[in-house]
Amino acid sequence: MSERRPVAATGRLPVLKTHKVYVGGKFPRSESGRFDRALAPDGTPIANICRCSRKDVRDAVTSARAAHAGWAARTAYNRGQILYRIAEMLEGRSGQFEALLAAGGAAPDEAAAEVQAAVDRLLHYAGWTDKFQQVFSSVNPVATSHFNFSILEPMGVVGVLAPESPLLGLVSAVAPAIAGGNTTVVLVTGSRPLPAVTFGEVLNSSDVPGGVVNILTGRRDEMLAPLAAHRDVDGLLLCSPDPDVARSAETEAVHNLKRVAVRAHARPPAPDYAVGGREQHRQDDVSRLLRHLAPPPRTVGRLFA
Amino acid sequence: MTKSTQTTGPAAPKLRLGGGDGWGYAPAPESTDHVELRDRYGLFIDGEFTDAKDGRTFETANPATEEKISDVALAGDADVDAAVAAARRAYNEVWSQLAPRERGKYVYRIARVLQERGRELAITESLDGGKPIRESRDVDIPLAAAHFFYYAGWADKLDYAFPGRGARSLGVAGQVIPWNFPLLMAAWKIAPAIAAGNTVVLKPAETTPLTALKLAEIIQDAGVPPGVVNIVTGAGETGAAVVQHEDVDKVAFTGSTEVGKLIRRALAGSGKHYTLELGGKAANLVFEDAAVDQAVEGIVNGIFFNQGHVCCAGSRLLVQESVADEVISKLKDRMETLIVGDPLDKNTDIGAINSRAQLDKIEEYLEIGEAEGAEPFQTSCPVPERGYWCRPTLFLHASQSHRVVQEEIFGPVLAVQTFRTVDEGIAMANNTPYGLSGGVWSDKGAKAFRVTSRIRAGVLWANTYNKFDPTAPFGGYKESGIGREGGLAGLHAYLRPEAAA
Repeated sequence: MSERRPVAATGRLPVLKTHKVYVGGKFPRSESGRFDRALAPDGTPIANICRCSRKDVRDAVTSARAAHAGWAARTAYNRGQILYRIAEMLEGRSGQFEALLAAGGAAPDEAAAEVQAAVDRLLHYAGWTDKFQQVFSSVNPVATSHFNFSILEPMGVVGVLAPESPLLGLVSAVAPAIAGGNTTVVLVTGSRPLPAVTFGEVLNSSDVPGGVVNILTGRRDEMLAPLAAHRDVDGLLLCSPDPDVARSAETEAVHNLKRVAVRAHARPPAPDYAVGGREQHRQDDVSRLLRHLAPPPRTVGRLFA
Repeated sequence: MTKSTQTTGPAAPKLRLGGGDGWGYAPAPESTDHVELRDRYGLFIDGEFTDAKDGRTFETANPATEEKISDVALAGDADVDAAVAAARRAYNEVWSQLAPRERGKYVYRIARVLQERGRELAITESLDGGKPIRESRDVDIPLAAAHFFYYAGWADKLDYAFPGRGARSLGVAGQVIPWNFPLLMAAWKIAPAIAAGNTVVLKPAETTPLTALKLAEIIQDAGVPPGVVNIVTGAGETGAAVVQHEDVDKVAFTGSTEVGKLIRRALAGSGKHYTLELGGKAANLVFEDAAVDQAVEGIVNGIFFNQGHVCCAGSRLLVQESVADEVISKLKDRMETLIVGDPLDKNTDIGAINSRAQLDKIEEYLEIGEAEGAEPFQTSCPVPERGYWCRPTLFLHASQSHRVVQEEIFGPVLAVQTFRTVDEGIAMANNTPYGLSGGVWSDKGAKAFRVTSRIRAGVLWANTYNKFDPTAPFGGYKESGIGREGGLAGLHAYLRPEAAA
């Protein structure tokens, strides 16, 4: 592994890190005891990672469900503060993430740009927590003597198949889900999982309650089907360009009619900055949030007697 | 326990609870040793602190001790010119060119440093303005930070706030704020303005300039580009120069209805944007089906919060006749427990009246109320010898024509009236030129909705009072003002639709 350099001129041997998964606010290994290798672009192994099982998936769903009521009950302001805190912590560890991205094959300027975009995206959703309700809920002028309003509520537990983009893709999938009050189980597959695994450490030091984000590493063909079929998962976000992956997961999701969203982009677009200081918004910035929210109309009594 | 032993320093006596029953609280003064206050403060113009061009200053004092805290620069016309010019230059060259997301990051920085320096700001606020430390610590400062945090998030979302409108900033905003919530009012004004892309010239009140100047330090430390926020201190003349400056695109004023009308007159025909947040004489209606103990707490909070220096204070209590005796008896008992004294003591409920002038005004109303025939009731708690104090006061059996019912007193003075029917209560609540706020106490949800929707006021509370949040718009009907601050409406006040091509 690349960090296993010979004893340097200083005579000091570096301490290597054990990469584990992030479940329920803790960093366990897979219950299966199995491992996979994270690879450098040339195929050389750079670290061992956990190869999680379907039992790990079910444990993670249990954690996510247990955390949901408390997270959804936090004030929007508090959720915003916590997302902002994640951005602060990620900014502070940007050097580490740039190095991890570079080890996975990114050029240094690409790595820096990806970390910066990830921080900015967290900030963007930190701002949405106390605003989406104002923009998308409504008081409905019904023609009866009722006070009628519709509000948005979190979906519940959202399963996420993370995209290949190791950091920005993960942040773009997770931040809107938790901004809206959902909890998540995130499957990180592929050969470049180290930034995602390390992002769990950022979450863990950002006042995010345990279980709100759960990150598992392993193989898609072992983990996705049990997650997609799980009856206590309310929504599924599939970040994969492969139509076969979407077809089989959507089929599994029929069991309890999960809401499924599919994102085919390999890498989510960063916002563009245009002249005159006006930002050109990608509409999907907010649609990423809205797809995790269920807007049921709530008719409240005969308040006008 | 005598009056003379009540002081505002650490030497305060051990027994303080009213009624002379021998039970009370030991003093719990907040320590001030880590708060740095300078002997002299300058104007904050173009990112730098500077003296007034003509060198004039004024004093700001602690209303609890009548002792001077600092000399503060008094901005004249030339200084206001310089501040507006700096704001214009910053608007044209920097702030309007900046990517919205980056603009938002600056505003987030301000929010975070306000949180970090919260204790220092709370103590400064209580020293300079006289409000109890419990309120400055738990309400003013956290809410000020929350306002910056909330509006920071809007900076890159303006197109979602007003879809299809092509929201554009206005330019330079001239803002004048009052002394009752000095830092919070600065936050209400500055946060939405700069998040929306405007630059500002803010004039704090002459009796409470210190937290605004500390905010200027924070803005400087946060690296906000020079000229985006300028703070000019002074009295009415300085404020007039700010709001009448011809290169100001938008005027935002919080203060008395009288001054608000002067400003509106000065702006007539100019086409400038403006928001006016003015006086109030809110009715707090207690119905016979209310939870009485909670209602009593709400009445106390409604009128005695911040010494009653609150434009939305529930200064008229309207009680349904069938429960009036019970409510008033419990209210008097509760008022007897209120502690008036050292603003820095954590046990204090009612701090110092903000200034000698304000105390004179309140005392004049106490005489007027009695002369007009209302029955005064004042608690027996001791008050310190030095400083400006007013015990919590009721005027019972007040009538609709009394000046203590019609006019804003801006002190801990509550006019009490009774009503028989719901319609009568609503009619009495609406019988005022003001329309800022109101409260309704009833355990019947339908009644609470029906009554609040018939009261002509901008902010209505049901079974609570004085609840503020950055996401909720605040502002008046009728002569209580024009426009809203807070929430989406507060953002709208600093934007215009993109001009049609």
